[in-house]
Amino acid sequence: MRLILVVLALSVLPQSGFAAEVGFPLFEMTPDLEDQGSLQRGAKIYMNYCLGCHSLQYQRYKRTAEDLGVPESLMLEHLVFDPNTKIGDPIKNTISKDNAKAWFGAVPPDLTLYTQLKGGPEYLYTYLLTFYEDSQRPLGANNLVYENVGMPHALLELQGVQKKVCKQIPKLAANGGEMMDPLSQNYITEEVCGLELIERGYSPLELVENSGQLTAEGYEQVVYDLTNFLYYVGDPSRLERERTGVFVLIFLAFFFVPAYLLAREYKKEFH
Amino acid sequence: MSAIEQSFKNVMAWIDDRLPVTEAYEKHLSKYYAPKNLNIWYYFGIFSFLVLANQLLTGIWLTMSYVPTGEEAFASVEYIMRDVEYGWMLRYMHSTGASAFFVVVYLHMFRGLLYGSYQKPRELIWILGMLIYIALMAEGFFGYLLPWGNMSFWGAQVIVSLASAIPLVGEDLAIWVRGDFNMSGVTLNRFFALHVVLVPLFLLVLVVLHVLALHEVGSNNPDGVDIKKTTDDTGKPLDGMPFHPYFTIGKLPGIIIFLFLFCAVMFFYPDGGGYLIEHPNYEPADPLKTPELIAPVWYYTPFYSMLRAATFPLFGLDAKFWGLVVMAGAIILPIVLPWLDKSPVKSIRYKGMGSKVMLGLFVIAFFYSRLSRHGASHTAAHLDGSDLYRHLLCLFFVDALVYSRGENQASSR
Repeated sequence: MRLILVVLALSVLPQSGFAAEVGFPLFEMTPDLEDQGSLQRGAKIYMNYCLGCHSLQYQRYKRTAEDLGVPESLMLEHLVFDPNTKIGDPIKNTISKDNAKAWFGAVPPDLTLYTQLKGGPEYLYTYLLTFYEDSQRPLGANNLVYENVGMPHALLELQGVQKKVCKQIPKLAANGGEMMDPLSQNYITEEVCGLELIERGYSPLELVENSGQLTAEGYEQVVYDLTNFLYYVGDPSRLERERTGVFVLIFLAFFFVPAYLLAREYKKEFH
Repeated sequence: MSAIEQSFKNVMAWIDDRLPVTEAYEKHLSKYYAPKNLNIWYYFGIFSFLVLANQLLTGIWLTMSYVPTGEEAFASVEYIMRDVEYGWMLRYMHSTGASAFFVVVYLHMFRGLLYGSYQKPRELIWILGMLIYIALMAEGFFGYLLPWGNMSFWGAQVIVSLASAIPLVGEDLAIWVRGDFNMSGVTLNRFFALHVVLVPLFLLVLVVLHVLALHEVGSNNPDGVDIKKTTDDTGKPLDGMPFHPYFTIGKLPGIIIFLFLFCAVMFFYPDGGGYLIEHPNYEPADPLKTPELIAPVWYYTPFYSMLRAATFPLFGLDAKFWGLVVMAGAIILPIVLPWLDKSPVKSIRYKGMGSKVMLGLFVIAFFYSRLSRHGASHTAAHLDGSDLYRHLLCLFFVDALVYSRGENQASSR
């Protein structure tokens, strides 16, 4: 019993340990590795929009094709852009580190393990949804999760322009309720900006209509697929591992029965 | 008797004349009598064996694909995770095994505290066990650098720089340990050698001695009685059972439950939410990029918190040095426990309230500093948990002298 408690403590307690690394509250994101369609779309977006700067150097094209259910020939034809790259090669890029540093201020990190580095896919998911226009920044973009990030908004043409705004929201009364004018029944509002807005449950960002190719929902789906794909890349054997784990646990559970009966027989001899 | 049996007997007789195989088998397995009243706490020694075997086997296979150089180490671990057949399983068995090792060893040690297994005549078993524990901590520490992740790097950096807190020779000592002026591939290389050759050798020898010493005096038990005192006419202890097959088979269900829990963690939560494999370790070691919070893996956190508990210089020596002294004290002090406990009874069942309360406080302090991550997250400016823990730990061992003496009278009545 006590052993169970200890192992439970090991597996349950950690959940809360590392989540609050960033100030900005992260959006929920539940990856689905069984959804090959999503992973394939994510891979497509990645190869087209991200790979230019961010390599996946520990992951191979072949493994990716196999796991995502993409025939190798299709992979080579549509997702591998360098004619010299073979299907068994790792997913590398050709950006020069010196140039990258000069252009962006830092070398774009390899993203193979990024979702795990950040303790889950939520960080990346939120990050990709919270770019906004900022004329103060050299590349015109800033981010809520990663303030003053060197990276431009690579998916700008898909999402469109987001602006950081202050909003008129209901004022809070001393008892925590929203203040209302008793005569007009209208909310008494105040202008709130930045983090306070987020704390009250409002987004500080506003999308400029029709500035991108996709709708807000369409873009969210793209970001979901992309994050899902990178979550897969972070630990490509996850599905196999969990599937194997189920069999192992079932086996042990069955094995327990004869082991218990045998042990009981032996115990009978001594008291 | 069949011809096969006869020839087997002949072969065994030939060997036994030259090497006491049968004698050793009987002494340590088939005719080694262990008490019948062993309870669940006595599983953890067997589990330790199991995890040790797991670590040795998976470790050997991991070295087949691991490259111990600063340039290649991180990539080779990812190579194991992705390109080696079942490499992910080997690696997770090894990393989960490391934590499991400490879980079972801590519980095994606590069993010793609980039932006074360190008392006469088992002082040497306890001391050898403590040496195993120290070797295990060294093994874990060296092994943790090998993935060459950023937390590996900075964790080792912090611990190695402890050496520099020693007056006069400290700085040179740290350079000698690292083999470089900073942590580098050279350090990684030697840690690899220590992790896969030297410390495991020590561990194995110590484990053998631990078991030999145990089999010399026999197992303790929850009642603290000596089973050798009451024997039948043939000299077999009446309250004992032969280790094999009655314990080997008898403990099988427990072993399966342990394996079940182990596999549940290993297959479904291999990084334990950042406790078993810390998140910053998913990027390669970078001397220019300090993680936001350098936290040792969970099994070191109490020691780390003690290290940080000393916050002011004393006698002209740095606070860091005193932190080191406190930490070393906490590791070394338990070794002399057999001579601190003056109680005439072994088991907690028959000890007085003093022992029970102190042991309870010890457990609280242990978990408090471990699971709340106080050891890791508190800055030197505001300490509470680690101070408390440190005090409780000292209290437990030093006061053992006092309270166990006081209980002499109570229990002799």
